[in-house]
Amino acid sequence: MAMSLMRPGGFSYSELANAGPVQHHFSPYTDNGGSIVAVAGKGFALIASDTRLSTGYSILTRDQPKLYDLNSNTVLGCSGCWCDVLSETRLIEARMKLYKHEHQKEMSPGAVAQMLATILYSRRFFPYYVSNVVAGLDANGQGVVYSYDPVGHCDQNLFHAGGSSGALLQPLLDNQIGLLNMEIKPTEPLTLERAKGIIKDVFISAAERDIYTGDGILLKIITKDGITQESMKLRHD
Amino acid sequence: MKGKNCVAIAADRRFGVQLQTIGTDMDKIFEIGPKLFVGIPGLATDTQTVHERLRFRTNVYELRENRPVTPQVLSAMVTNLLYEHRFGPYFVEPVIAGLDPKTNEPFVCGFDVIGCPCEPEDFIVSGTCEEQLLGMCESLYEPNLEPDQLFETISQALVNACDRDAISGWGAKVYIIESDKVTIRKVRTRMD
Repeated sequence: MAMSLMRPGGFSYSELANAGPVQHHFSPYTDNGGSIVAVAGKGFALIASDTRLSTGYSILTRDQPKLYDLNSNTVLGCSGCWCDVLSETRLIEARMKLYKHEHQKEMSPGAVAQMLATILYSRRFFPYYVSNVVAGLDANGQGVVYSYDPVGHCDQNLFHAGGSSGALLQPLLDNQIGLLNMEIKPTEPLTLERAKGIIKDVFISAAERDIYTGDGILLKIITKDGITQESMKLRHD
Repeated sequence: MKGKNCVAIAADRRFGVQLQTIGTDMDKIFEIGPKLFVGIPGLATDTQTVHERLRFRTNVYELRENRPVTPQVLSAMVTNLLYEHRFGPYFVEPVIAGLDPKTNEPFVCGFDVIGCPCEPEDFIVSGTCEEQLLGMCESLYEPNLEPDQLFETISQALVNACDRDAISGWGAKVYIIESDKVTIRKVRTRMD
C-alpha cells in the first residue's frame, strides 16, 4: 500500500472502506470503587466509608460519602456501581416510607436487612452491582451488622469490610475484632473508642494500597441517643 | 519482611489444583545460601523447575566466581531466568529474602511472572491471597523489629490472611534469618 494513502492515525481509507459491520458494545456496569467498614459492639454500631468516587484511573470526586441514614438507628453503606447505588437507595427509601405509613412505626434494622435481601434478589438476573452493609441497633440496644453479596445473600456479623478494599481489610478485622489466632485475648469487650481507632487505622492502611480508597472517611456512630458522625482525612493521591 | 539486622520469609503449606487440595506439606521456600532464601508460589511444576534452574545457576556462579551469591545477584538471576521466558512464562511470582553475606544488610525482593523486580524497603507479598496479605502487612508492619517481634508479625499476617483465602493454608512455615542463625518454625493454622 502506498504510503501517501496512510493517514496520520495509522489506518488507510481503503481499510475503512473494506471494514465489515462494526458492533458497538454497551456495558451497563462500571465500578466506582469505595470501601465500607462496619463494626458492632455492646450498645453501639459504627459504620464508615471512604469519600472517593472514581472510574478507572480517574477520580470523579474526593467528597462523596457512601453512607445513608435510613432512620434513627439504621445506616446503610453502599459501594460499587454508583448509578446502582443511587437507584437502590431511592428504592429503599420509598419502601421504608410505605412501611412506615402502613405500620405506623419505623423499620427495625432487622426488617431493613430482610427487605434489602429481597430487593437485591428480585434483580437476580440483572443485579445491582453494589456491595451493601447495614449497621444498626437492634431492639435490645445491641449493635448489629448485616453484609450482602450483589444478589442478596445476607449475613449477620459483628464486623464487616466491603467494597474495593474488602479483601485487604477483612482479615485484619478477623484478627483485631474477631480475635482470631490470638493467644492472649483481651478480657474486656470491645469499646466504642477502640472500634473507632481500629476503623481509622484500617482505612489508613487501605488508602496506602488501594487506589479506589482514599481522600477521606465519614464515620457514623449509632447509639441509643441517635446517630452522630465524624470525618477524617486520608491520603489524596 | 525486613527487620532490624534480620529478615523473615513465610509461606503456607497447601498444595492444590484449583479448589482440590492434594498435599498439605509442600515447601515453597528454598535455601539458596546460608542466609538467602527464595519463596516460589505459583504453578507447582514451575516452582520446582525454577528452583532447580536457580540452584544450577547459583552453583555455576559460585564455582566460577568463587564467592557466595549475594541477594542482589540472586535477584538479577531470577529476573534474567524469568525474562528469558517472556512470551511463555513460568507461572510463578518469586520472593527473595536474605541478608548480605558481608554486611548483613536485610534484603527483600519480589517479581512478577516475567521477572520485573520490586525491591521495597519494608515487605513484599505474593500468591493467591496477595490482597489479604497486603492489608495485613500494611497494618501490622513497623520498621526495625527484633527477630522475635518480626516472627510474630509475619506469622499473624500470614495466618490471618490465609484464613480468608479458601485455597491457602494448611499450616505455615516461617523462616527468621539472622546474621548467625536461621530459625525455622512450623505454625499451626486452622486446617480447612
